[in-house]
Amino acid sequence: MSLTLINVIAAAFIAVAFVATNAAYLVWCERKGAAFIQRRPGPTENGPWGLFQPPVDGIKLMTKQLMIPGGVDKVLFMVAPVLAMFPALVSFVTLPFSENIVAHDMEIGVLVIFAMASFAGLALLLAGWSSRNKYSMIASVRAVSQTIAYEIPMLITAITVVLIAGSANFTEIVHQQSGGFWNWNLSPVKPGLFNIFMPISFIIFFICSLAETNRAPFDLGEAESELVAGFHTEYSSMGFGLFFMGEYANIVVGACLTTLLFLGGWDAPLPFLSFIPGVVWFLLKIYTLIFTFIWIRWTFPRTTIYGLLNLSWKILLPLSLTNLLLTAGFIKVFG
Amino acid sequence: MKGFIKDTLLGFKSLLVGMRITAKEFFTPKITVHYPHETEEMPARFRGHITLTANNTGDPKCVACGMCVRACPSNCMTLTSEKPEGSKKKILTSYTLDFTRCSLCGSCIESCKFDAIKFSKVYNHVSTKKEDFYYDLMANLKKEVEEGKIND
Repeated sequence: MSLTLINVIAAAFIAVAFVATNAAYLVWCERKGAAFIQRRPGPTENGPWGLFQPPVDGIKLMTKQLMIPGGVDKVLFMVAPVLAMFPALVSFVTLPFSENIVAHDMEIGVLVIFAMASFAGLALLLAGWSSRNKYSMIASVRAVSQTIAYEIPMLITAITVVLIAGSANFTEIVHQQSGGFWNWNLSPVKPGLFNIFMPISFIIFFICSLAETNRAPFDLGEAESELVAGFHTEYSSMGFGLFFMGEYANIVVGACLTTLLFLGGWDAPLPFLSFIPGVVWFLLKIYTLIFTFIWIRWTFPRTTIYGLLNLSWKILLPLSLTNLLLTAGFIKVFG
Repeated sequence: MKGFIKDTLLGFKSLLVGMRITAKEFFTPKITVHYPHETEEMPARFRGHITLTANNTGDPKCVACGMCVRACPSNCMTLTSEKPEGSKKKILTSYTLDFTRCSLCGSCIESCKFDAIKFSKVYNHVSTKKEDFYYDLMANLKKEVEEGKIND
């Protein structure tokens, strides 16, 4: 693909628009979802079904004063929210939405995404460190230990998929899964692999992407009941807004990644349904995953920090390592 | 090791049970009343401030006997009446209620032999001025009658 200037600008514009719209309207979805699960109607006042709520919230956030508390490390304090939002945006460069809808199809796509995803922990660390606030500090320590703990099983499961596909290119990975849902990496009866542990692998990856995006029940970085608002306690106005948008952008990235690696990307679940454009299937899959994210958030209480780390180091890590070994063996036998 | 695997599986199962419960709640009908846009009908035994009731011709049923005034433990209401020339009955000329004193005990309504007063269904009268709670019940009744809202 030739990267002319117009292509670059168009891709950047589309990525920013997609992320911003999603970040804004996922807040609405989150509030509606929470309300419906708790038998409430949710936002209803602004526009039909409260659909104008996100723009109104955005205007409110932008018109508020950006306070910088005394004694903070100003540079890091300002950099942190940008760092929370920016890597999520950059990730969309290499995420393919369909056969041809991709800004830049890289050979090392998976690696780029994980490199960008690891910035999220850094943003939380900087925010907590520079805020000069004990709660932010505790939150950032927690967030960093959490991100490190969950990045490892996540990477190992991703390596499993890369091993199956023989490529770190997303388009290759999806092509390798095409032809109905039994060919997806999620499936235990995938032809040429027959790895019955793949569903477990998928669940591990899903749990890790929940933890990576600091979502409940793993939102120890901002545990309201213990740490005021965690790492963003001292942030106001758009500083807070960027953290908020970054969280939702990261959710979209996580859902895209799970879809591409395990749910066959833009592949139709049944071959005769492939007359529907791939991008429709892709969006359908990511929004189903995002709905599950919201569903999980409003179902489970927050874990403790010990429970969180135990889950990662004692359950997810051994399981994912076992699965990696087994997959290598299965490829040798059936491949 | 065996206990560890059992714990993990049981824990995972309990998560699924939780997910099923919230999924069910997601689709239950919502019964919220959107308050300023729609209001609930107050129950029959709701006690608002007292109001006068009207007879078929739209005049108050009250005969100005003063039993309610005597029954009231807090001296909430004052009524005045006059006896027109050639008439045997007194007619009510004014009936004011000081709602700031009323405790909604209902003694006045119990004491009335003519069903001339009842509890209203007003529950959301708000004001920062004390004077707004001195109700002129005669005027209120007149307004109700003009709006065609006569109900026993």
